Amino acid sequence: MSKKTIRQLPLHFMLLPGLLLVLIYSYVPFFGLSLAFVKFLPGRPFTENPWVGFEHFRYVWEMPNSLRVLGNTFYIAFFKIVVGQIVPIIVALLLNELRKNWLKRGVQTLIYLPHFLSWIILGGILIDILSPSQGIVNQLLGMLGIKPIYFLGDNNWFPFTIIVTDVWKEFGFNTVVYLAALTSINPALYEAALIDGANRWKQTLHITLPGMLPIIVLLATLSLGNVLNAGFDQIFNLYSPSVYQTGDIIDTLVYRTGLEQAQYSVATAIGLFKSVVSFFMVSLSYFLAYRLANYRIF
Amino acid sequence: MKASVSYRLFNGLNITFLSLLSLICILPLVHVLALSFSNNSSAAAGLVKLWPVGFTTDAYRFILSKPAFLDSIVVTLQRVGLGTVVNLLLTLLVAYPLSKESSDFRFRTLYAWIFVFTILFNGGLIPWYMTIKWTGIMDTIWALILPGAVPVFNIILLLNFFRGLPKELDESASIDGGGHWTILWKIYVPLSTPALATITLFTIVWHWNSWFDGLILMKVPEHFPLSTYMQTILVHIDLTSMSGKDFEVLKDVSDRTAKASQIFLGALPIILAYPFLQRYFVKGIVLGSVKG
Repeated sequence: MSKKTIRQLPLHFMLLPGLLLVLIYSYVPFFGLSLAFVKFLPGRPFTENPWVGFEHFRYVWEMPNSLRVLGNTFYIAFFKIVVGQIVPIIVALLLNELRKNWLKRGVQTLIYLPHFLSWIILGGILIDILSPSQGIVNQLLGMLGIKPIYFLGDNNWFPFTIIVTDVWKEFGFNTVVYLAALTSINPALYEAALIDGANRWKQTLHITLPGMLPIIVLLATLSLGNVLNAGFDQIFNLYSPSVYQTGDIIDTLVYRTGLEQAQYSVATAIGLFKSVVSFFMVSLSYFLAYRLANYRIF
Repeated sequence: MKASVSYRLFNGLNITFLSLLSLICILPLVHVLALSFSNNSSAAAGLVKLWPVGFTTDAYRFILSKPAFLDSIVVTLQRVGLGTVVNLLLTLLVAYPLSKESSDFRFRTLYAWIFVFTILFNGGLIPWYMTIKWTGIMDTIWALILPGAVPVFNIILLLNFFRGLPKELDESASIDGGGHWTILWKIYVPLSTPALATITLFTIVWHWNSWFDGLILMKVPEHFPLSTYMQTILVHIDLTSMSGKDFEVLKDVSDRTAKASQIFLGALPIILAYPFLQRYFVKGIVLGSVKG
């Protein structure tokens, strides 16, 4: 062995434990994907399951609700991405206009607290405050003369509630990311603009927004990978059978089919569909982020 | 600078809007806190807004005397303690070799792709579940730790930080006879305390908040971590027959204040850690944006 190879040996040893764990818990499941193509019987040796080809995929395709679930997933994910991008940009621009630093910091502190709380905590809070009979939200709406709204139990309201509450939880996070980007804008640009007679609105339009553009492009492209992530944690903790029609998404369907009804093969087939689509979308998003924003993962 | 009327108007509106926005983020939590300290009849009558009505600590006394709640806290503490140590150790051990250039570490690119590929593609829920079953750690604390033991995003964060350290440190250390282990522990670790603090805090929050793995990998409720335990009691409401009247009959009001107190107790550690989280969070963002 050359001296260089020997010197590199400790690096291999360092990687060993992490590598083993990743191989077991991230790569071994790839073999489990074969479940989607076989007739699975528990207790039979895994390799002896008879091959059925795309039988399970055909079954999923013919299920009456599969297209609806795909539609729900895409609909909710799409609006979460779009609204979740726009709101933080606006809030960051507005925060940037605040002259008083304590106010700026105070607002920041409050708006990104929800980001750190889990959907269990927030789910518990939302179920209480959105309750049609006792919730404070409907109490307030009642004072305005509005009849109680079943935010979490009405198919017309459920996707809207999911999108709004998700934006509510996460917009503070992205706002802070944008504000961090704003601090890197050269102050001399503003001074020059002032001398040229640009008012605050013009400064926002011609200096602040262009300064934010790279990070906006970056976050927008990276979010492409989420087109099928409608948010399992949130929906699982807020939905109920009465809103399956507009609130059931791929991840919750996989959970119920696989772990509640023990139809492992069908659930694996649905999951595989999602993984493959997500793989292409995430790869595309990284590629675009690299081309458009010169972003590299490592 | 003279402020024009329209600018002053904008400023006033802006301050009002942002204040309202902040309130929307914090008031739901305050309301639940107020509920948890109110007595049942006031809560049921809808008298509680942002301040307790009929102050009582009964809800908390009730919750803190429940063995299931206390058991789940013990499981969570074990999980957070053990899980954070394992995650942090593996993050360091993987990030260090991957931060080397390909010329210094021949297989670096291959290794890096093995790790990065796991964020591009995954086997999905069922194969993941089957694999954990196959490794025989179901219903043990390890089921909550080992499957997520290698946090690839944190590794990327730390390796980018490592790459920002001056190369001369490595060179001078190896001239003095220090090997890779010495360089990692004696030079890289002490120099990366801000990055490590960020990652540690986020790992703790992540472990504290995780609930899904507990729900499907633990067979008996006594092994549930706090978040999983709370999931089973907080959000399990059957809304199928939900009409206003049914709901009132179905729902025990004392149940409501008890839930409120659990929500608050579950959120309390995060709220206490929040000032630190906030400080390091911004640093973390800056770290993430420094890329070679």
